[in-house]
Amino acid sequence: MPEHIAPAPSRVGDLITMAARSLRLTSRNAEALLISLTLPVILMLLFVYLFGGAIDTGTAYVTYVVPGVLLLCAGFGASLTAQTVSTDMSSGAIDRFRSMDVSGAAVLTGHVTASLARNVVSTALVLAVAFAIGFRPVAGLREWLLAAGVVVMFVLAISAVSAVIGLLARTQEGASGFTFFMTFLPYPSSAFVPVDTLPGWVQGFAENQPVTPVIETLRALLLGGPAGSNALLAAAWCGGIFVVSVLLARVLFHRRVR
Amino acid sequence: MTEELAVAAHGLEKSYGNVHVLRGVDLHVERGSVFALLGPNGAGKTTTVRILSTLLPPDVGTARVAGYDVVRERTKVRRRISLTGQYAAVDEDQTGTENLVMMARLRGFRRAAARARAAELLERFDLTEAAGRRVGTYSGGMRRRLDLAASLVTEPAVLFLDEPTTGLDPRSRLALWQAIKDLVARGVTVVLTTQYLEEADELADRIAVLDHGTIVAEGTAAELKQKVADTRLDITFVDRASFRAASAKLGDAVVSAEPEELRLATVTDGSAAHVRSLLDDIDPSRTTIAHFRTRTASLDDVFLALTGRPAQERPKEPAHA
Ligand SMILES: Nc1ncnc2c1ncn2[C@@H]1O[C@H](COP(=O)(O)OP(=O)(O)O)[C@@H](O)[C@H]1O
Ligand SMILES: [Mg+2]
Repeated sequence: MPEHIAPAPSRVGDLITMAARSLRLTSRNAEALLISLTLPVILMLLFVYLFGGAIDTGTAYVTYVVPGVLLLCAGFGASLTAQTVSTDMSSGAIDRFRSMDVSGAAVLTGHVTASLARNVVSTALVLAVAFAIGFRPVAGLREWLLAAGVVVMFVLAISAVSAVIGLLARTQEGASGFTFFMTFLPYPSSAFVPVDTLPGWVQGFAENQPVTPVIETLRALLLGGPAGSNALLAAAWCGGIFVVSVLLARVLFHRRVR
Repeated sequence: MTEELAVAAHGLEKSYGNVHVLRGVDLHVERGSVFALLGPNGAGKTTTVRILSTLLPPDVGTARVAGYDVVRERTKVRRRISLTGQYAAVDEDQTGTENLVMMARLRGFRRAAARARAAELLERFDLTEAAGRRVGTYSGGMRRRLDLAASLVTEPAVLFLDEPTTGLDPRSRLALWQAIKDLVARGVTVVLTTQYLEEADELADRIAVLDHGTIVAEGTAAELKQKVADTRLDITFVDRASFRAASAKLGDAVVSAEPEELRLATVTDGSAAHVRSLLDDIDPSRTTIAHFRTRTASLDDVFLALTGRPAQERPKEPAHA
């Protein structure tokens, strides 16, 4: 009998293959992809041209609003991530991969990596349109790189939460529904209006939720001005959410495959 | 190494909460043979296959596959086996080629070699024409063939097939049987599960009948059929009185009875002479039998013969577990 023993797996190779697969799968979910790419741009245009005139932020409204729109992108991308994870868990895919010695971690990290890659595209799209309609940040190269780091941190946190939701949900629809709150999180924050213009009871939430320090840090980097404790708070929130999600994902994954 | 069994499992037990799914399963599969695990829905077939393919550790018991322990040496086992599970494991949103190239990459092929291997497999499973189409547009039979191809990127020492033809139309089933037979001819050891006696009979050298997590019988198809007697004579009577009289006359020879239908089944070798003499014995006046029919023993018959009760559930389409 011709006995073929598969070579020892390459962890990095597997991760790249899984990320490429996840990108290919999501790029074919045309409807969801289109929404996750265009909705942030449309919302930005809406905010700037419909409401921008009524909101006094001390700068051009487009400049004020761009950091918030960048975070919206991450929220809209989350639903795709949760859907792909949920589909893998409820089809035979995960058993097949594990029987080939591709770890669950490689599969999930592949989806998170793909999510990061999709966000690079949607972020670039938002920035291109923002520049076209008058976004004029004052950041130098160092600030731009740091800002990119902050966005990556936030996207990783959101993507890890999405993976957890994908592991919890039994259906694609459920997974996509659950991520809805993440697309909402930027509204009760300083993303679109200064916090002190929000109703009193929302202010308390807005001041103490993760999106606000992330936005304030981005503003400080892109528009100049002090980030204060916001940078540290943002890192703590994102890091904390990421670590908790990874731990949760491990537990949930092992429970699902038992 | 060549002396060793492809699969050797001892006393496998598995429970979920207080549901005892496997209650001490022993299996021995010779290298180069085809082994079928036959049982109704819920018998524990998938659980057994998942343990043997290293996906699930048993609560109790040990198993060696391709010479290695499925728990302690699972990486070694994984490099020597392939699994085509009960639920489709190919991506609907990738094309046939993309699915196979991906599997080959995961098995360590370089890009060009992966493409070549994918093309070769698509050709072998008669999917070349559909290679560039998304799997979502494939028929059930094509999808199953692709699923099988995906587990053959490297030719495994042991191939596990969990209900490979459940839900397929008869023509696709025949095509898949042929594909499995071709593999066997190449020397691959196959462990398959099925709800169909006919399928086990067609493909397997040895068959184990699994019921409620226990192996209730094991042997070659011929041995099992001897126990079960493979041809049945169904006799339908004209009225209740003749049904009762025939039941009494046949006694232990009745293998199943459906009083509401006024129908009895008994064992025959299927020859005209035997059927004729049975009918004459039961109904010498030629007035009490309305119809008769001969048929191959079904899984229900096997169960009835082995356990004294019918398989509770009819074979069903796979539901998501
Ligand atoms: N993860 C699980 N949790 C709880 N019960 C399970 C689980 N997997 C299987 N079972 C139960 O174990 C029994 C056998 O299942 P399975 O091995 O899938 O049978 P088969 O493949 O023969 O249909 C069924 O009653 C099923 O409900
Ligand atoms: Mg099953």
